[in-house]
Order: sequence, then structure tokens, then C-alpha cells
Amino acid sequence: MNIAVEMDDVRQGELLNASAAGPAPKRVIAGYGFWIFLLSDIVMFSALFAAYAVLAKATAGGPTAAQLFDQRNAAMETAFLLLSSYSCGLMSLAINSRRTFGVFLGAAVTFLLGAAFLNLELREFQGMIAIGAAPQRSAFLSAFFTLVGCHGLHVAVGLVWLVLMMVQLSFRGFQEVVVRRLHCFSLFWHALDIIWVLIFTIVYLMGVLP
Amino acid sequence: MTDTRWDVAPGDRPAIPASEQNASSGFLVYTIGLVLAVILTVTSFWVAHTSAIWPPGVPAGLAVLAIAQMGVHLVFFLHITTGPDSTHNVLALAFGVLIVFLVLAGSLVIMANLNENMMAHGEMMNLQMQR
Repeated sequence: MNIAVEMDDVRQGELLNASAAGPAPKRVIAGYGFWIFLLSDIVMFSALFAAYAVLAKATAGGPTAAQLFDQRNAAMETAFLLLSSYSCGLMSLAINSRRTFGVFLGAAVTFLLGAAFLNLELREFQGMIAIGAAPQRSAFLSAFFTLVGCHGLHVAVGLVWLVLMMVQLSFRGFQEVVVRRLHCFSLFWHALDIIWVLIFTIVYLMGVLP
Repeated sequence: MTDTRWDVAPGDRPAIPASEQNASSGFLVYTIGLVLAVILTVTSFWVAHTSAIWPPGVPAGLAVLAIAQMGVHLVFFLHITTGPDSTHNVLALAFGVLIVFLVLAGSLVIMANLNENMMAHGEMMNLQMQR
């Protein structure tokens, strides 16, 4: 009991130190602000998810989810995005230990896997539109294209961002501001993967259940 | 203890002294996360396609797997923990989850209610949500 109390005291002492030390460093503040942006982005996605869930059966006589969705395609997209999230994590480890080659390698792998994901998704969209399942066909398809397309748009923005960060890194090196932006990028990329988990569960797996 | 303790930024790995925070332990964390995520993903796809599970229970199973996988991503990739020095991050996350829950559950309940109470007759049925 005494030991526990003492541990608690030590812990509080440390926390007091932290709060008495003045404002937190910019890295922490920027990370926290970006975290709040990500959460607001997730709130926006929740509205799109709600729209999709409400409209999922409103096919207006058009093609249904079970006829349109290719599970193999969804599984490959999931694998690509998960692996790119992993390589993005390894990239941030390389950033922490300032290994330039490791960062560029991680960024290249992340970019290629993200691009492969986007390529598969665009092909899927193209195939659907080619057989007449365009967004204007039914409320279900409008909701589907909005939700999945919005996620795809985020991935595309993330890819552009990654390229810009690599350009900055090669010109400016591991400056504090570059490291901070790279850190925000990896948060963004992991958050996109979390949203994709929901998409493949709700849209591709639950959507085709009988 | 010469260095000051700060709150941790989201994505930082907290509560690990700089001496222990070398690349290999970080690598281990990400790899464990990847393995868990792969297991949960494969299970999700298996649950959706198997006939070994009572069909009405499948959506609930998928929901549980998805929530578990989001937890894995949060802990192993975004390093959100319940440690005392990441309270702000967890509080922001909790608020976000509350809003997400309100938007999703509110929309679904209201729209289900509308569909039940305002269903028009006959041919108008085709224009409503077809359930």
C-alpha cells in the first residue's frame, strides 16, 4: 500500500513538472492540432457512412451491392492499404533515427502501395460506370460513390502530400518543421486505414450479405 | 532526470525512456500491429463467407471484428494509449467517438422511424427505401 502511494507521488511530481515547464513544444501542439483535424475528418466520414447505411437498399431497380461488389478486389485493396500503413510506420521509425535512405525507401513503398490501391479503386469505379452503375443510377450508388470516392480522394491527396514531403526532405534535410510535417503525414495515413477498415466491413462485407 | 516531461503528441510512443526507444522495439510494435490487423481482416472475410456461423449473427460478428481492428490500429499504429501523459489525445478521441456515434445512430433511428411511419401506399412504395 505504501509503495503504491509513493509511486503515485512520484508520478504526480513528474506531471507537475511538465505543467510547470511552460507551453509544450511545437511538435506536441502541431501533433495535437492535427489529431483534432483527423477526428473532425472522421466525423465527416461518419455522416457519409450514415447516408450510405440509410440508402444501401434504395437501389431503384438498379444493380444491387451483391451484384456489383467483387470481394477479391476489396481484399486486395485492403491488403495494399494495410501494408502501406505498415511501411509508413517503418518510415516514421527511420525518421526518428534520422536514416535518410530508410525514409526514402519507406516513402517509396508507401507511395507504390497507395498508388496500387488507388489504381484498383479507379478500375472498379470505371467497371461499374461502364455497366451502367453510375452515381446517378440510384440513391444507393450515389451514396456508395460519395463514401468510397471521398476516401479515395483522401488517399490521392495523401500521395501528393507524400511526394511533396520527399521533395522537402531532399532539399531541406531533417529540419524540425519537415519532421513535424512528416509526422502529421503518418498520422493522416494511419487514419485513412482506420476509415478503410469501416468501409470494407460495412460496404463490401455487410453489403453483400444475403 | 534532467530532461523535462511533456505531454505526448498523438503518434508518439509515450512512457518509454529514450534509452529504450530504439528502432528495433518500434519495429516490433508495428509488426505486432500488422500481424493482428491481418488476422482480424482475414477473419472478417472468412466470417462474411462461411456458412459455419448462424447467418443473423454475421453482421454483429463483423462489427466486433471491425471495432477490434480499429483498436489495434489506434494502439499499435497511432500509439494512442491510456497512459497519464496522453490524456488530451484520449479525451479528444472520446469526444470524436461520441459525435460519430450520435451522427450514425441518430440518422439510422430517425430514418428507420420515418420509413415506418410515412410509408406511402401502392406504387409510391417503389420510390421509398426498398427494404
